[in-house]
Amino acid sequence: MARSCHPGLDPGSIDRRTPGCRVKPGMTSFVRRFVWLVMALAAQAHAITVTDDRGVVVTLAQPPQRIVTLMPSLAEMVCELGACGRLVGVDDYANWPEQVRRLPHVGGLEDARIETILALKPDVVLIPVSSRALARLEGLGLKVVALEPKTLADVQRVLLQLGELLAIPQAKAVWQRIDDGVEAAARSLPPALRGTRVYFEVSSGPYAASESSFLGEMLARVGAGNVVPGSLGPFPKLNPEFVVRADPEVIMLSDRNLQQLRQRPGWDRIRAVREQRICAFTPEQGDVMVRPGPRMAQAAQLMVQCLQGKLPGRAP
Amino acid sequence: MSAVAMRQPAPLGLLLLAITAGLCLAGVAVGSLGWEPLWGGAGDASAAILWEIRLPRTLGAWLAGALLGLAGAVAQGLFRNPLADPYLLGSATGAAFGVAVLLVLIGVSPVAASGWGARIGLTGAGFLGAVLAVLVTLGLARGVQQTLRLLLAGVVVGMVFGAFSALVMFWAPEIMRAMQAFLLGTTGFLGWGSVALLAAVFALALLVAIACSRPLDALSLGETTAASLGIALAPVRTVLVGVMALATGAAVAQVGLIAFIGLVAPHLVRAAVKPTHAWLLPLSALAGGVLLLASDVLARWLLAPQELPVGVLTAVLGGGYLLWLMHRRPL
Repeated sequence: MARSCHPGLDPGSIDRRTPGCRVKPGMTSFVRRFVWLVMALAAQAHAITVTDDRGVVVTLAQPPQRIVTLMPSLAEMVCELGACGRLVGVDDYANWPEQVRRLPHVGGLEDARIETILALKPDVVLIPVSSRALARLEGLGLKVVALEPKTLADVQRVLLQLGELLAIPQAKAVWQRIDDGVEAAARSLPPALRGTRVYFEVSSGPYAASESSFLGEMLARVGAGNVVPGSLGPFPKLNPEFVVRADPEVIMLSDRNLQQLRQRPGWDRIRAVREQRICAFTPEQGDVMVRPGPRMAQAAQLMVQCLQGKLPGRAP
Repeated sequence: MSAVAMRQPAPLGLLLLAITAGLCLAGVAVGSLGWEPLWGGAGDASAAILWEIRLPRTLGAWLAGALLGLAGAVAQGLFRNPLADPYLLGSATGAAFGVAVLLVLIGVSPVAASGWGARIGLTGAGFLGAVLAVLVTLGLARGVQQTLRLLLAGVVVGMVFGAFSALVMFWAPEIMRAMQAFLLGTTGFLGWGSVALLAAVFALALLVAIACSRPLDALSLGETTAASLGIALAPVRTVLVGVMALATGAAVAQVGLIAFIGLVAPHLVRAAVKPTHAWLLPLSALAGGVLLLASDVLARWLLAPQELPVGVLTAVLGGGYLLWLMHRRPL
């Protein structure tokens, strides 16, 4: 935060809300007043105002140069916008792109290390709404912008918001590129496979990704069907019998749950199990798929490859 | 239940058996779409769902509940403490620890774990963890002869193993969801294999426990009195601790940490009748089975096709009934 009170020196960094930092109207010259006005307008133009996902209006004097993110997909978005160099810290789970792995890791959603974050002196902290650290960081005087991309529409919105916040005018083009990538993946699905009924298991509860989850939206986007209706909530804990009766044609799940699949009573009757159309995603692939962020096109490709049987799960 | 009016154990037993039969019918009729008896509908798929999914799940839930109820009655008799429950020897947290470790190993290398990991399974890991914890407890207590020492050792071992699982979950947060399913109890994946195992353990545990019912009755009068009545306490204790550990380990490994049944089932029986252990043990088993099966049916039914965690329902049902009884008259 600039401490200059002299508009002539550093017009771009005037913090107009800092007390005692007002220009004294002692100058009577009209010209000087005019110059000041122009400078002030210029400063206004550099100041950045965003409304975050809490509805809180956050004003920054200038585009932030030191950013801490507390959610993997937020770090991915910042990097996709070409601002990876401005990141000074990321959360413990951020692992893409490669360069964020070398940044200081500052904790997770529930256990963000406040002291570490403060020591990094960030201009802004990008944080999910649900993080417990939010109020604490704000109380310590940091600029906090709460953003939580959860759905397909959120990705576009948050990406454009970040573009404004970081003063990156190409944000729209970046979004367009991602969206085109998803569209291309969807088009590459052979018409015969459209509407293939998929069961996407996120955890062995069994918890499923329904139509109303981000994964469900992606499945719909590439043209696949989902056996779990959105009315059950995004990740319902299902009666296993429901899946047997829904008889999905393809099962997508994490490779850690692949082993148990055949031991579940009655599951060997499911068409996907009989025909071996099971895709077991590695943890890296899982990250790509479950994070609503810039790698959506890659996630869509993975889904399409899976539907085409090009991504064989290891036989249970 | 007109339980308060009953003073004879036999009618209560018949009543519990009747409820069990009714619940079994309900268990077979309630599926992923709620109340949906499939036996009327023809078709290969319906028959398979009844036979392969609903029937084993129903029987398995009852058996697991019965094992916990029996183990609870044994624990309360053995420790002469109405607060004793089958998890007292540390088996519950031991099982949770075993499951957590296996989940992490599967996550670290799914391929390597596919061989032995699949063979042991979460069930095996839970059982091994439970056995390990009980052995540590027995070691700390230097055998089973001092019940107070045993009780204390069990509590400490439970705490320590609980802390171990928390630590494992901290290092590998991706197992959290699977662990939560285990900690809240789950009856969803019970197949015929599980039913056969539970039935065998139940038959054995029930026979041995009933054979020990006279020493348990004597023990309720105090250790000195029991000894003066000519009861050889040492072998009886060893056998009963073995029964308790085996019954609890088998149940926990199959259905996870179902809370409260072991504690509340004997109390429900004692609230209705004042039986000797020869009656209390089988009646507690029946009450435990009824409680878990009822919870299982409701867990499937209330939000179908979603499922509630069955352990939450056991606590609500069993605890609610006990609270009502306590409200009616002091226990």
